[in-house]
Amino acid sequence: MTAPRVVRVASGQGFWGDWLDAPRRQVTGGPVDYLMLDYLAEVTMSILQKQKERDPSLGYARDFLGAVESVLPAVTGRGVRVVANAGGVNPQACAAAVRALPGGKEAGPALRIGVVLGDDLLPRLDELIAAGHPLANMETGEPLATVRDRVLSANAYLGSAPIVEALAGGANIVITGRSTDTALTMAPLRHEFGWAADDYNRLAAGIVAGHIIECGAQCSGGNCLYDWRDIPDLGEVGYPIVEASADGTFVVTKHPGTGGRVSTQSVAEQLVYEMGDPHAYITPDVIADFTTIRLAADGADRVRVYGIEGRPATPSLKVSIAYRAGYKAVGTLVYAWPDAFDKAQLADRVLRERLDRLGLRFDRILTEFVGAGATHGALAGPPSEDLPEVQLRVGVRGNSRADVERFTREIAPLVLNGPPSVTGFAGGRPKVEEVVAYWPALIDKRVVQPSVTFQ
Amino acid sequence: MRVRLLDIAHARSGDKGDTANVGILALRPEWYEVLAQYVTRDRVAAHFSGLITGDVVRFELPNLGALNFLLHGALDGGGTLSLKTDAQGKVVSTALLRMVIDVPDDLAARLHLPPAPGLQSATRR
Repeated sequence: MTAPRVVRVASGQGFWGDWLDAPRRQVTGGPVDYLMLDYLAEVTMSILQKQKERDPSLGYARDFLGAVESVLPAVTGRGVRVVANAGGVNPQACAAAVRALPGGKEAGPALRIGVVLGDDLLPRLDELIAAGHPLANMETGEPLATVRDRVLSANAYLGSAPIVEALAGGANIVITGRSTDTALTMAPLRHEFGWAADDYNRLAAGIVAGHIIECGAQCSGGNCLYDWRDIPDLGEVGYPIVEASADGTFVVTKHPGTGGRVSTQSVAEQLVYEMGDPHAYITPDVIADFTTIRLAADGADRVRVYGIEGRPATPSLKVSIAYRAGYKAVGTLVYAWPDAFDKAQLADRVLRERLDRLGLRFDRILTEFVGAGATHGALAGPPSEDLPEVQLRVGVRGNSRADVERFTREIAPLVLNGPPSVTGFAGGRPKVEEVVAYWPALIDKRVVQPSVTFQ
Repeated sequence: MRVRLLDIAHARSGDKGDTANVGILALRPEWYEVLAQYVTRDRVAAHFSGLITGDVVRFELPNLGALNFLLHGALDGGGTLSLKTDAQGKVVSTALLRMVIDVPDDLAARLHLPPAPGLQSATRR
């Protein structure tokens, strides 16, 4: 009897800026069939859109090029396939850049890049609004027309279908724009096992597998509160791998000899992360019911996941829209013992008095005392009277760039003309940042047509 | 007996817009019933009173020994609008674990719950 077939999907990147070594370690540390790389957070698309406006050949996650270089021998030599949403707002330029890598040129036809298109709704926004799609903000209900002239990017979250199509077409690297993070894991499983579009329980299982590994090592020992002191060797943390079977059950594990830990607790912590309503984890492919997930320890650094149920998806896709929303800056100074907290509070009063006198207008001004309850507020109780130091942290946000700029000039003077025992200003004047805010909306699935091209 | 959530649960939190998503998980399977019974929506809303501007929504996951809470209006506008150090709600998790609940002594004894440190003689609210 032959062992049941298992498909291994390895997570090599949980966000843009994650550990550069992780993709290579995943393809060299043991057997894997797919390498899944997630680069896109909610506001990443708008950053990429700004880059594309400055240079039409940009607009994708450039870290991806280094990742591809580091795993190319495994892709062309051993048949490991890569699925990544690194394309951002310019997946075709991303594919061209991969092809232009030294290894990409050398590989020739051994490298087939599938590119998923169709998520970018920016060129179609006015047409869509005119056709009766209000793209109302899911949190506030306001129609997009309110901020239309400030929109920077608008992308529908695509599901697994176009990625499956690219894999079926022989791609060994699939580059998408705004796909759901979970589809990057589910699509390879759907492709390998031939799961039908109405096989809801298995599709939901693939989505849960994706949710568990989409944040990289956050399910294999990183940022794990349970038993954190005894989680071994985070310096060599092993990124997670899903070993899936055709019936939709899977094991979460990591390569032998790596650090971190995969346990029912580390996996459960990741399951509740940004989960929302556990009865209805909505994706373009399926609605997964997280209250059906069962976990069981299955040996060292192995957790078996089973029992998952799903049901038909909604008729909508989520749209991620980014718009310009003013400017902000954050200034900090550090006050030392004795009476560190009192000094920081006095400095805040002096600063606010000066801002008032200047007549600066902000939508929001927020003072926090880091070390004296900035993160837990009153729940932390009154600060100790003997704190060694307190960081004063003042943030402002408003529509006037000039007013925010003027605020940044009011921090350093406090060093010489405010309360004593102050330091920590070596970083210089605070930086003024443009605020790009997030506008989540829904759109009728039927108006979004994903497509796949090969390069 | 008074019991601190930190001693019977672990937790992870994150954001969805201006909402903090906080999941807490029983450290032992048999302790889930304590979470389910005593960590109520109202109790959590009172715990975060003054720190959030919106509603609290609570979900039960007996399959994971977990509860999931949505704390609306917890993140000063959320995302890039927020000026908070914890704009993404990453440490709201341990803020919830500060909560102290009252558990009947017989239940606490049966489940071997650890008593909250230094709080047994404190005045009950």
